Amino acid sequence: MDAILLQILNGLDKGSAYALIALGLTLIFGTLGVVNFAHGALFMIGAFCAVTLQRILTLSQTTIDETRTDFLGNPMQVDTPYVVLWFGESTGAAIVDWAVPLAILFAIPVMLIVGVVMERGLIQHFYKRPHADQILVTFGLAIVLQEIIKAFYGANPIPTPAPQAFRGSFDFGVLVGFDPNTIIYPYWRLVYFAFAAIIIAAVFAFLRYTTFGMVVRAGMADRETVGLLGINIDRRFTAMFGIAAAVAGLAGVMYAPINAPNYHMGMDFLVLSFVVVVVGGMGSLAGAVLAGFLLGILESFASMTAVIDLIPGINQIIIYLVAIIVLLARPRGLMGRRGVMEE
Amino acid sequence: MQSFGRKDTILLIVVALLVLLAPVILNPFPQASSLAQFNAGYPDLMQRFVIFGIFAIGFNILFGLTGYLSFGHAAFLGAGSYAAVWMFKLLSMNVIPAIVLAVVVGGLFAALIGYVSLRRSGIYFSILTLAFAQMSFALAYSVLTPLTNGETGLQLSLSDPRIFDPAATGSLPTTNLFGIDMRATTTIFAGPWEFQLNAGYYMSGLIMLVAFWLSIRIFRSPFGMMLRAVKSNQQRMSYTGLSTRPYTLAAFVISGMYAGLAGGLLAAMDPLAGAERMQWTASGEVVLMTILGGAGSLIGPVLGAGFIKYFENIFSKINDSVLHTWFGALPDGLETALVTLVHPFVGKGWHLTLGLLFMLVVIFLPGGLVEGGRRIRGVVGRRNRKAGDPEARAASKQPAE
Amino acid sequence: MTKATFTRRGLLRTGAATGAGLAMPTIFTGASWAQGQGFTNAPTGDTVTLGFNVPQTGPYADEGADELRAFELAVEHLNGEGDGGMLQTFSEKNLDGTGIMGKRVAFVTGDTQTKSDAARASARSMIEKDGAIMISGGSSSGVAVAVQGLCQEAGVIFMSGLTHSNDTTGKDKKANGFRHFFNAYQSGAAMGPVLESLYGTDRRAYHLTADYTWGWTTQESMQAVTEDLGWETVNNVLTPLAATDFSSYIAPVLNSGADVLFLNHYGGNMVNSLTNAVQFGLKEAQANGKQFEIVVPLYSELMARGAGRNIAGIPGSQNWDWKLENELGSRYVGTNAFTQSFGTKYGFPPSQAAHTCYVQTLLYADAVQRAGSFNPCAVAEALEDFEFDGMGNGPTLYRGADHQCFKDVVVTRGKENPENEFDLVEIIEATPTEQVTYEPDHPMFAGGALGECNPGA
Repeated sequence: MDAILLQILNGLDKGSAYALIALGLTLIFGTLGVVNFAHGALFMIGAFCAVTLQRILTLSQTTIDETRTDFLGNPMQVDTPYVVLWFGESTGAAIVDWAVPLAILFAIPVMLIVGVVMERGLIQHFYKRPHADQILVTFGLAIVLQEIIKAFYGANPIPTPAPQAFRGSFDFGVLVGFDPNTIIYPYWRLVYFAFAAIIIAAVFAFLRYTTFGMVVRAGMADRETVGLLGINIDRRFTAMFGIAAAVAGLAGVMYAPINAPNYHMGMDFLVLSFVVVVVGGMGSLAGAVLAGFLLGILESFASMTAVIDLIPGINQIIIYLVAIIVLLARPRGLMGRRGVMEE
Repeated sequence: MQSFGRKDTILLIVVALLVLLAPVILNPFPQASSLAQFNAGYPDLMQRFVIFGIFAIGFNILFGLTGYLSFGHAAFLGAGSYAAVWMFKLLSMNVIPAIVLAVVVGGLFAALIGYVSLRRSGIYFSILTLAFAQMSFALAYSVLTPLTNGETGLQLSLSDPRIFDPAATGSLPTTNLFGIDMRATTTIFAGPWEFQLNAGYYMSGLIMLVAFWLSIRIFRSPFGMMLRAVKSNQQRMSYTGLSTRPYTLAAFVISGMYAGLAGGLLAAMDPLAGAERMQWTASGEVVLMTILGGAGSLIGPVLGAGFIKYFENIFSKINDSVLHTWFGALPDGLETALVTLVHPFVGKGWHLTLGLLFMLVVIFLPGGLVEGGRRIRGVVGRRNRKAGDPEARAASKQPAE
Repeated sequence: MTKATFTRRGLLRTGAATGAGLAMPTIFTGASWAQGQGFTNAPTGDTVTLGFNVPQTGPYADEGADELRAFELAVEHLNGEGDGGMLQTFSEKNLDGTGIMGKRVAFVTGDTQTKSDAARASARSMIEKDGAIMISGGSSSGVAVAVQGLCQEAGVIFMSGLTHSNDTTGKDKKANGFRHFFNAYQSGAAMGPVLESLYGTDRRAYHLTADYTWGWTTQESMQAVTEDLGWETVNNVLTPLAATDFSSYIAPVLNSGADVLFLNHYGGNMVNSLTNAVQFGLKEAQANGKQFEIVVPLYSELMARGAGRNIAGIPGSQNWDWKLENELGSRYVGTNAFTQSFGTKYGFPPSQAAHTCYVQTLLYADAVQRAGSFNPCAVAEALEDFEFDGMGNGPTLYRGADHQCFKDVVVTRGKENPENEFDLVEIIEATPTEQVTYEPDHPMFAGGALGECNPGA
């Protein structure tokens, strides 16, 4: 029982990341009809917003300490971050420590700009082109984006720790009446889960309760009619692309402390998030979220020793196996509308 | 459109000449010159050109004709490779049984996956094929290691039975076609030029020509018409009472056999089969080759395959010291500036160049590389014949074939 | 039947001259070419070409870049440029900065992409197109074994880079392939005594293992060694290679009754699993009344950088570390010479991957010089059972029976307060060679045969 609860918790967390990426992906597909292979790259850029802010905050003044030597025997160069010089030792260190949460503020404008530029500069010319062309151009863009990141940051993962206050873990099991040490849960993962829940709720509320959202939803259902009503749907779709990029980016920012970001982390998530979207049902926002959590939890279950012993290798293939079963049993995905993208 | 027309014959002859003369055409720069870096006329790369050409031609029979976008074709190529290497290990180093079994295994595997996946269409079909291929990859890498040798890839070893061959002594045997060694290379030195004629390449090239000829036949046949009809409107097809599944499944299996053939040939040229051959990136690569070259056209996929393999193999080898040799004659400041400018795009940056080219091609040449060829021909044709020539106009209206 | 050859380049000049003279193409078939020269890509001009095949794209690109730096440095030193590096400390004095056998050393580079297929394509292009006589480099065992097989068939020497699986010089060993890097068995043998002194003899181990050949051999070696100490193995869980989040594997560890966690992961997997383990509080946890411990059998400094502070206090093994000579004395002479020239040129200390590639290049050059020929068979003979010193690892033997180097293994531990990102580990000890030596027919290495050396003709 405790083992199952443990894996559900883990799955929720993994699922949060899947859900956030898939949400943006299906938003773009639903509103714009574009298959965006660069969506993983947006997630990656978000994570690198955190890295960049960390770098900016630790920009340092270099002084030479004659008393010490470096590994070559030359006088040691000592770097002191400017924030420490300006705000004093403790405040400066605290600011650096909080780089990741601060990066949220940094990432929102950056990702909105990236999204809007991408849509206006490139994607808008591909609305009427076949899906194959969309795949080729966005895949090319994804490669270019990740190579640019690699050129600046290298291929190695870059440690981007959470603030001191959120490091470590707590004993969740004891809280709900199990033995100590049975269910350990890191603080930051709890933060991530809460953060994902807030973002998802915000996106849904935005689409549900604002006029803007209403128009976009109408546009998703029937673009032509909305256009005939004299509503400039294009501008709103551009904004939607920016929002989808921001959602992916924020998912990336907050993910940085969980796994150190590297330039190809977007590609690692790309295929999975497509599977999530399709399992949820193309164009269904709720479906994407549901499928994200479902696959996250199932993936966690499949990694339990008892399960692996029963079916060797199941942890390698579980996601794909579920995708196949869902698509065969329920072709539209869990919550998809009939006929979407079937041709 | 129905029969094998005069234009098709000309196309086939042109391709045959290109395959025959590739060792010369691809080595345009004298061996000692600094541009020799761009020469692609060495056996390994030429073999890859034609083998991935076969892979892409087969993929195009499915995607170009029916519009079904498979994201799992690499699984058939991988299965073909494993089958071929097992033949080399168990039976004989002769490539014939290996290639035959590779085609059969590719076809059977495709029939299995196709039967299930073709119950869905559109992106659902793509995800199904992707899922099957990723499962094959993951299992080949881990659980199926006794069969696939996992991470390391399946290789020959001295202790293999090879029941039809004399026992290997000391060194590993090489693949051959009734005694003709696949690695045998004849080198022609012509002045400063150097051309390598390789037995394995010519065998692969010949097989590619047959595969190409067969694909033209399929494109022109009633079966091909039927597949095109599936692409243009499957619903209308079903309303007429026709079941389209047998046709699409047949196309899927044929393209799976092409993939298996390509996998078998890869193993015949270099007896190794690695699990990465089945990864989604490998499936994605053949999709990119086909779209880049021009999906639905006959020659496009081959061009796309050559394009991608050229960048992978040639651009990745250009390092800074090569750059310095190129620009060495320039003044120092300019040399450094140029090297710095070019550096991000070559060597370890070859992915960047490839990504940029994907974007440029798809933005400016919506029909892929064949579209570029047609535009050039259009410009030249207009100049030569002036507008109004009926034949030229008809040609420019024809789809890319 | 024509003979198999990977012909090229060497005859270029003569061929070109004849061709021009007769105004007619000269034709060399594989057979005649081979008979004339006796081996693949015999250098006939005044240069000799080496092929450096390293990952330049993909997750190990930075490690590949560091290997490439070392190769460039080695070529500089062989050609008499720079400060000479380890040439001054190497126990053999055959290399004098005039290239190899008087020929200037040139090199070509390629991208393995850390895929066996791509790595072989790249190596083949170096052999067929550029006339490389030796291939070196690489950052994973899968690639090393694949390229080693190719070099065996092509008839050139393969001096492997970073490859740690037992198989490279075990069941997949080849006569034309040589490994300087240590292996999983040696990691285990070296770490055994250290683990005993750090954590005692009454421990319960839990293994997380990357689900492919290298992971398995490493896990097997560590389990054997720790069980000899009297430790109990609680569980071994295989994790998918593609996994990025290990939380669902880490979470059950604390409740399993284990008190030591082995992370048999490398590279990105290691960074992620270790980061996850620390997040789950395993480093501070108590189990069975003892402090919970984490062990990473194979350390990579470059990847340790990715794990940041998380590696503090975690033991692992290395082939070499740039601080060896400073901390453990002149037995490891050569270390400082190499670190000095590498650091001067690039501004930071070299990694163990860089070191092994540099040493392999020098060892190859020296073997050619001693053999008096570039013929791979002569070179292989010169390398077999070759004893040397002054390359940073102390006295070293290149064993003829399996082409594996035997030398001290460094056991390290993550520093608690690293001063900079290049100085993340501290050396616990260097385990002497005798402790990490095994018989060539040891069960973990059984099942393969070197075969005969192949000169390609």
